[in-house]
Amino acid sequence: MRELSYAEALGEALREEMRRDSKVVVWGLDVGPYGGAFGVTKGLYQEFGPERVIDMPISEAGYVGAGIGAAITGLRPVVELQFSDWITIASDQLINHAAKMRYMFGGVLKVPMVLRAPVGGYISASADHSQSFESIFAFVPGLKVVLPATPYDAKGLLKSAIRDDNPVIFFEHKQLYSVMGEVPEEEYLIPLGKADVKREGGDVTVVAYAFMVLKAMAAAEKLAGEGINVEVVDLRTIDPLDEDTILKSVAKTNRLVIVQETWPRCSVSSEVAAVVAEKGFDFLDAPILRVTSENVPTPFSPVLENYVLPQEEDITAAVKKALA
Amino acid sequence: MDIPRDILLLMYERMLKIRHFETKVMELFATGDMPGFVHLYLGEEAVAVGTCAALNDDDYITSTHRGHGHIIAKGGDMKRMMAELYGKATGYNKGKGGSMHIAAPQLGILGADGIVGGGIPIATGAGLSSKLQKTGRVTVCFFGDGASNQGTFHEAINIASAFSLPVVYVCENNLYGVGTRQGDVRKVEDIADRAVGYAIPGVVVDGNDVLAVYEAVSKAVERARAGEGPTLIECKTYRWRVHFEGEPDTYRDPQEVEDWRAKEPLRRFKSKLLEEGILTEEEVQAIEERVVEELAEAVRFAYESPDPDLTEALTDVYAEQLLPNLCEGGSHS
Repeated sequence: MRELSYAEALGEALREEMRRDSKVVVWGLDVGPYGGAFGVTKGLYQEFGPERVIDMPISEAGYVGAGIGAAITGLRPVVELQFSDWITIASDQLINHAAKMRYMFGGVLKVPMVLRAPVGGYISASADHSQSFESIFAFVPGLKVVLPATPYDAKGLLKSAIRDDNPVIFFEHKQLYSVMGEVPEEEYLIPLGKADVKREGGDVTVVAYAFMVLKAMAAAEKLAGEGINVEVVDLRTIDPLDEDTILKSVAKTNRLVIVQETWPRCSVSSEVAAVVAEKGFDFLDAPILRVTSENVPTPFSPVLENYVLPQEEDITAAVKKALA
Repeated sequence: MDIPRDILLLMYERMLKIRHFETKVMELFATGDMPGFVHLYLGEEAVAVGTCAALNDDDYITSTHRGHGHIIAKGGDMKRMMAELYGKATGYNKGKGGSMHIAAPQLGILGADGIVGGGIPIATGAGLSSKLQKTGRVTVCFFGDGASNQGTFHEAINIASAFSLPVVYVCENNLYGVGTRQGDVRKVEDIADRAVGYAIPGVVVDGNDVLAVYEAVSKAVERARAGEGPTLIECKTYRWRVHFEGEPDTYRDPQEVEDWRAKEPLRRFKSKLLEEGILTEEEVQAIEERVVEELAEAVRFAYESPDPDLTEALTDVYAEQLLPNLCEGGSHS
């Protein structure tokens, strides 16, 4: 099958949706002739022109909020943040407006907007360019939050996000942009809110998302050589959370390790642990374990960064601990 | 400016409606009968009415925490507003928004907002949307003097200016942001001067003169519709009441309140209409009776309307939607 990079798959999703629906417009910093900081919007300006691919000033609250105003008046904007760290500047617009408007106004309007934003570390970008704020947005009712791990998922999920009538925050991992993977020529969509079992196994369930899926897969491969069969569940969407797939897997393996790149407290991994503790306690033969970042900002030094962020060996060790 | 009589009458009636509605809300709130808290528009009626009278029905507005006047000025139904203020199922937003959050897209009302300055980027996006979709619709963004110190104001106006968006930014300068005199926390005297930084027209208007507001906004709307971009209009006005009902007025000089009450926008407009023979005393009386009756009906409607069903608490978080059949599990290995 044809192979595309994660960035190319995302770009193809945008192109297909823009061809399909003239209401889909793209804006953000450097998304025009520049093609986006990570190349995702490359070629879109040339094909769709300055009325549908719009370069914005560095005004995150301004242009994310403008996305909301456009979404409630008939467009389907896909807004790009160059780094997701700056989502804090736009967070009032997302949390107090995009997320709540439909509810607060009794369902009289909808907000079909996608906010794309690159997350993640392992690039020595230090504390302002390495963060992953997905847990904050999964906490807020009214938003959907997506973090694809493969080119195939990236394309299918982005197309669904664009067609969704709700505000969707679509986090893309910087380490994944250049990763290649199979992407069929024919059109497909992947529903939001469905996890994917990326590897089947009967001994331990590892729940992961975004870049951590690749680390979990590598750890699982290594452990298979030692006779340990790991099941890797890729959440793909953290809000809505696919509780059924998680519980089904834990019912089979009776052991759970949750892997998450960012800080542990009040996070997606906390939520997954809570779901399994509340609804799948009887399945468990061992305590739930989490592999996460240390609870510190991301340091610049590669040595320190690697120490702070989860590594394949941390996952391997956690799986063995769960089996001990 | 030659303003058609029907528009003058509409303006008068809507100002009167706001005056009566807000006075009634003040009374009802004081009895402890109305939930939440309310920010009254008394004294500022000319701003909302003069502005909305210059708009088409399908033009957009965004509103603020002090929004009742905007909703009435844009054609809102007092029954559904009062029901919303009482948290009733028949309110504009099923009682889920309340006083500070009324939206009615069918009237071009994109929503009132409890976050100061929060609506400014949203109005700007509605403007961008109109421009890209070539609908010819203009958006008016209402906000206060306090909001003009938020980053959203500057970010959004810069965007509107850069892309020549059809947006009119109407600043209701009532001198106070909650309990702080905004002149003490801002160096420029006129907020309209800030337009210079964005290369757009900045206009100062007597916000208690409904005709002056109408004239300034009409010009700005014309400019916006012609594709020439946004305008910042600062309406100098005053809120007769405190920031929210029940707050002690410890921060305003009573003389200042008196001075501003003397600049009464409604009486001023009525005198003018009578003097120029546009209205007779009998017509004034008839309009007043109609508004009073309509308001009494609105209160009755709100009282008699049912509370929302408890199941409503859990709806409208997400737009329900069925995706096409292309979505089948979505696993790929």
